[in-house]
Amino acid sequence: MNIVTDNKWIGQRTIRPDGVDKVTGRAAFAADTTMPGQIWGKVLRSPHPHARIKSIDTAKAEALPGVKAVVTSADVVDFPLEKGAVMLGIQDMRWMCRNVMARDKVLFPGHPVAAVAATTEAIAAEACKLIEVDYEVLPFAIEIDDALKDDAPILHEWNKFDGRPSNIVGKLEHKKGDVAEGFARADVVIERTFTTRPVHQGYIEPHACLISVAADGKTTIWSSSQGQFMVRAMVAHLTGIPQSSIRAIPAEIGGGFGGKTIVYLEPLATLLAKKSGRPVKMVMTREEVMRATGPTSGSKMTVKIGATRDGRITAAQGMFYLQAGAYPGSPIRGAAGCSFAPYDIPHVLSQGFDVCSNRSKVAAYRAPGAPIGAYAVECVLDELAEALKMDALEFRLKNAAREGTKAAHGPTFPRIGYVETLEAAKNSEHYKAPLGTLQGSPRGRGVASGFWFNAGGESSAQVNITEDGNVVVTTGHPDIGGSRAGIANICAELLGIDYKRVSVVIGDTQTVGFSNLTGGSRVLFASAMAVTQSTEQVIKTLRERAAKIWNIDPEAVKWETGAAHPVSPNAGQFPPLTLEELSEKAPSLGGPVGASVQLNTQGAEGGFGTHICDVEVDTDLGIVRVIRYTAVQDVGRAVHPSYVEGQLQGGVAQGIGWALNEEYIYTGDGKVDNPGFLDYRMPVCSDLPMIDTLLVEIPNPKHPQGVKGVGEVPLVPVMAAVANAVHNALGMRFYSLPMSPPKVSAALEAPVAQAAE
Amino acid sequence: MAKVHVSTTVNGEPMEFLCEPYETMLDALRGALGLTGSKEGCASGDCGACSITLDGRLVCSCLMLAAEAEGREIGTIEGMAQGETLHPLQQKFLEHAALQCGICTSGMLVASEALLRKNPDPSEEEVRFWLAGNLCRCTGYDKIVRAVLDAAAEMRETAP
Repeated sequence: MNIVTDNKWIGQRTIRPDGVDKVTGRAAFAADTTMPGQIWGKVLRSPHPHARIKSIDTAKAEALPGVKAVVTSADVVDFPLEKGAVMLGIQDMRWMCRNVMARDKVLFPGHPVAAVAATTEAIAAEACKLIEVDYEVLPFAIEIDDALKDDAPILHEWNKFDGRPSNIVGKLEHKKGDVAEGFARADVVIERTFTTRPVHQGYIEPHACLISVAADGKTTIWSSSQGQFMVRAMVAHLTGIPQSSIRAIPAEIGGGFGGKTIVYLEPLATLLAKKSGRPVKMVMTREEVMRATGPTSGSKMTVKIGATRDGRITAAQGMFYLQAGAYPGSPIRGAAGCSFAPYDIPHVLSQGFDVCSNRSKVAAYRAPGAPIGAYAVECVLDELAEALKMDALEFRLKNAAREGTKAAHGPTFPRIGYVETLEAAKNSEHYKAPLGTLQGSPRGRGVASGFWFNAGGESSAQVNITEDGNVVVTTGHPDIGGSRAGIANICAELLGIDYKRVSVVIGDTQTVGFSNLTGGSRVLFASAMAVTQSTEQVIKTLRERAAKIWNIDPEAVKWETGAAHPVSPNAGQFPPLTLEELSEKAPSLGGPVGASVQLNTQGAEGGFGTHICDVEVDTDLGIVRVIRYTAVQDVGRAVHPSYVEGQLQGGVAQGIGWALNEEYIYTGDGKVDNPGFLDYRMPVCSDLPMIDTLLVEIPNPKHPQGVKGVGEVPLVPVMAAVANAVHNALGMRFYSLPMSPPKVSAALEAPVAQAAE
Repeated sequence: MAKVHVSTTVNGEPMEFLCEPYETMLDALRGALGLTGSKEGCASGDCGACSITLDGRLVCSCLMLAAEAEGREIGTIEGMAQGETLHPLQQKFLEHAALQCGICTSGMLVASEALLRKNPDPSEEEVRFWLAGNLCRCTGYDKIVRAVLDAAAEMRETAP
């Protein structure tokens, strides 16, 4: 496939199609809409981390004036455990049905046990208090070590691991060569154990929905999610309403980062709306978001890597235990699969273990699992480079995966851009610049790399030419970070018209073909393919129309700069026919012009990034400050460079939060003790420097514009880059995250410098 | 308890509404007044998505009672553009791609406008500390800070 490089719109920093609505407060997010007659829904949540539900009595709540409906697990479609998995994407409906409403047992504080709809939010909340739940409180385990003890309370009694009841609910193994043989050939072997805490995706918009179920079962869902088709399918499964009756309308989404790839409220609001006959609105509080949605796994990992004296890695082994929370589903694939992928290593054994514990069910978070594993692996690589007295980037270059490298997780890499990111990092101004000094505040520099699989999959698009000769593109993916701007650039490029003439909208489930989740860094990759093919069909139609008017062969017509032209003077001497002119003539030439394409896209190649981080440590307060940061990434093709840079910058900010401050803290009775933004400390503006980006563009040969997914890679290397910088500054390494002020202070005050964990 | 009647000014227009005594200004804006540009991210004054001005001063509308609006002047994101003409901050946010999901954008703009009224020539550090009460999870703040600095520069040039 030829990649066109002489572009007018691709690569331009155009104004996003949804921009003006968003800077003027007009854009409608999940909680911004109302319906006539709407009432309010609220969820009653478990106060216990682990308990058996003996009975639920809703009579008093139902009797409260203003209450219109109460639902419990008896109203939710059951997916019995013994009947086996019912998969929707990566989600097993057996767990989803129990996660949205507890059956038999509650497994975390915040687990829904009932839901109420009433005429006001206050009455709904009051009614929740009147519901009587008789619990048999059970012992609980939250941390991985506790959940793995021999006498640990078992969340799912039916589950066995190695023949015994266990909280290990899944295992995955990638094996290449023979690690014993590889380690035997190594001159230096380093093995370390790391822990990370669960962290929340931290989207600013809480989950919300507004749902109407008409008397004939026609259901309208207004909610923000990372996939309106996922919402429709989940609700259909959990309520029994057929998908054809459910119109899921994607509201603007106020951040997701993976956390909105599953549903929480929508099935409950649908059941309440059905039971009450009224539209039901539900909006989570921040506290509910923190207690009952997300986060990503906490982890415990042991990584062992060996290398020869000349800096060749001979073997690598990783054991990644990830905390799933209430139900199976830790991102062990990302941890075990991605962590060693940037390197050409002959012998690899990488194992992931999915561990249930009494915490909210894990949800995807930006390159799920990969940043966790990369933190461990890239820190060990840093120690190896130091032991070998090699520059950290040179060491990575010497072992870098390239075209033809067989990755332990399966694929043989095609043309990839990892080496280019290392070289760009090495040649960057940042890497060449001295660290500088500040009296009493040690500084350090660290580097780290990362890999993420990226994804293709199902996408649909429609391109319609309006009667006045402009363009409407409809895709099926919620736009979470500017994908509409990229699509406008691509469509304008292909049609040769001003990008402002292209309107890009996100269709609802009943107006555009099935499109899989906004996730896996797949949206621009996949929807650009569907939009490109649709636009090409439109152009073909337009050429045929011009040929008809000119009475020449369609093959003798070319499309350029927004108009049909004869391919050469030999084909005929005609003035060009513009898009406007052809639209005007459309009724007499065969009808409206438009095309729709539905694809299962293939060819989304993995992405690589390399980051450089400078820190300064306030040794009095234990505060680590990032003072300079450069993210380098192979982005394939930056269709809209500003939003590509934005993905890198945003991912880095999240990683800095994960590295330095963010963590779930628990009370002695198993509740999240910091369920708000004051105590769950995400980076604020004054915590961060400008975040520099270097976009390496190695076009994806399997994509018409050369696009590779870019959204997730930027989080993968960050915690390791920060940790390596802290090590460089202090000469001590932290084997657990976050490197928060109390932990750093304690380590600095400890008598032995190497005592950090 | 009966609802409270409130007479106030919103974005220069006289307005009246009824509210519960416990309702926040954010509830009243999003509910009775139908101005949903101000967002609720936390309801605890930590995220700044609900930022408005009260008699010109930047406040979190989730921390203010609706009844307190009596006789005061409220400014929200909906009042920032003059008709079809965007405020320079709004324009610069678009040009710099200083928004991704857009949920924090209203609050960021209202807070930035309050800053530039007070300090037309802020340093990067002053912008960063002023906006430290406005959380953004998408952008890493880089492009937001650049947009504010660029808007400030342009506003200084065109100031009478």
